Amino acid sequence: MLNNKSSAPKSISSFEFAIEAIIRVLGFSTIGFVLLIFLFLLKEGVPFFYKTDLINIFGTRWYPTFDLFGTLPLILGSVAITVVAVIMALPMGVATAVFIREIAPGWVREILKPMIETLAGIPSVVIGFFGMTVIAPMVRETLGVATGLTIFTGAVTLAYMALPTMISVAEDALDTVPKNYRDAALAMGATKWQTIRHVVLPAARSGISMAVMLGMGRAIGETMTVMMVTGNAARMPLGLDALFKPIRTMTATIAAEMGEVAGGSIHYHALFGIGIVLFVLTFFINLAAARAIFQKRRKGGLR
Amino acid sequence: MITDTSPLRNPTLSTSARTFIQHRSLLFKSIRTGWFLLLAAFIASCQPSSSSTDTPPPSEESAIIENKGSDTLVNLALAWAEAYRRLAPDVRISVTGGGTGTGIAAMINGTVHIANASREMKAEEKTAAQANGINPVEFTVARDAIVVVVNPRNPVNQLTLQNISDIYTGKITNWNSVGGEDRPIVLLSRESNSGTYVYFLERVIRMNQKKSDLLFSPETLLMPSSEGISSEVRQNPNAIGYDGLGYVTADMKTIAVAKDHSGPHVLPAIATVNDGSYLISRSLYMYTAGQPSGKTAEFMNWILTDGQALVIKLGFVPIVK
Repeated sequence: MLNNKSSAPKSISSFEFAIEAIIRVLGFSTIGFVLLIFLFLLKEGVPFFYKTDLINIFGTRWYPTFDLFGTLPLILGSVAITVVAVIMALPMGVATAVFIREIAPGWVREILKPMIETLAGIPSVVIGFFGMTVIAPMVRETLGVATGLTIFTGAVTLAYMALPTMISVAEDALDTVPKNYRDAALAMGATKWQTIRHVVLPAARSGISMAVMLGMGRAIGETMTVMMVTGNAARMPLGLDALFKPIRTMTATIAAEMGEVAGGSIHYHALFGIGIVLFVLTFFINLAAARAIFQKRRKGGLR
Repeated sequence: MITDTSPLRNPTLSTSARTFIQHRSLLFKSIRTGWFLLLAAFIASCQPSSSSTDTPPPSEESAIIENKGSDTLVNLALAWAEAYRRLAPDVRISVTGGGTGTGIAAMINGTVHIANASREMKAEEKTAAQANGINPVEFTVARDAIVVVVNPRNPVNQLTLQNISDIYTGKITNWNSVGGEDRPIVLLSRESNSGTYVYFLERVIRMNQKKSDLLFSPETLLMPSSEGISSEVRQNPNAIGYDGLGYVTADMKTIAVAKDHSGPHVLPAIATVNDGSYLISRSLYMYTAGQPSGKTAEFMNWILTDGQALVIKLGFVPIVK
């Protein structure tokens, strides 16, 4: 190495150039991959929309073995379970974030944060198994419903899985609220709770709505857990009692049926068609999240 | 592979500079190996498509028999494979599940020697096979009874086919309509791609009537596995489920089935399936790509003779010659 002293700068610069080029290519390739995945989805999924008549597609009966491809129960199922999960996770997530950021002493925070990150690392199949063997019987016995495999059970497990994302994003949002705000509120004679409720939380509003969006994205795309705890019955989730009845989501449908579908059949295209719907839904959710970030930046992170 | 021969393992190397050099050479080596593997994988992945037309189906004289298909048959096929290995140690048999459709598709594509099926091959599957130059040969290897199961706490012991059909189409929604307690009925089924699902629909829900267009009630819970059904039946007194006789455990109650109210209610058992008095039973098949020869033929012969002893042990019903 020492002998090469004279030629070192040149080789270093070319080395750096190569590294930079590789990093650049890798960075841009992400866009390429997303595009390719989307094109593949379109190629395989679009035939579903013109090979099947619209009445069938937007029907309420999903019996792919008998050419009945009503996607409505599946779409509504995914939407219902996601909304319920976010409604459950939102208060808990925001409360935890407020506790960690505003109330908890330093050492509690040091324990809580890694614990929450561990929560994010639990495999979904483990949570699903737990939901199937513990939560579902509990739901059935305590609520007296026919079966424990319900939207409610699924939403509980999904809320649990969306929590880590929501907590850390909400916590970041609270973190960006300037200290002056809190000081000013306290100086005006507000209590700690009044400060949090009327100053800190409103100031972090856009960050918290981003947390909701990201939690939603996590919940709607989850597959294994919902397949194990929601019963997979393709029924229309209409009315309040549907909360305690089974449901079939888009993700679970794709996962359960893709393994044995004949390549190129209408059923095969239908599953990719559902994939497109799912892609579009998550795209809009991510778009809403990005918009929340954008607004936050534009307004200086204050409002 | 790389680390075993790696100079890093050499205890005499101690200075950091040398280690660094070794590291780099190791890195390059592993990159090179990686490329090589990638290339090999690529070549391997190209192989089947190019060779499927000019080489005969892989069954001839091969010491490895690939066996894939029905999840209903998978435990039995595994038991056969294990027992046969003791008899013929030079033959390796690999068994995979995945469902009847998967197995037949693999046999049509020439990637397996034997497809396990819990139903007969469909007409379009046969045409697809012929289009690929493969003439599938059917063997009936065992019989299977579909058992209707409920929770042991449920007082209902017997049902007619019409009862079960009404329950699964959603006409009957409470156990008290069929002589049970005042409880809602929770319907459990296998996923719609399972051979058991199709068989149950045709034999029980539609009661063998070709013109019937009855379907499972949309309230039916589709469980991704047999275990999903048994775990729900075990803990939920409202549940009714069905599955192959081979998958029923002692902690579920089997239902005696009758054709109508006057007829005798028959519990599923080996004797009742063989004499045809238990109504919900079917044959299980193995399909080979063309008339089997060599090791595959020996294996198939053994299954149809001595191998039948294992069928009883696994809760299926042996074929009667």
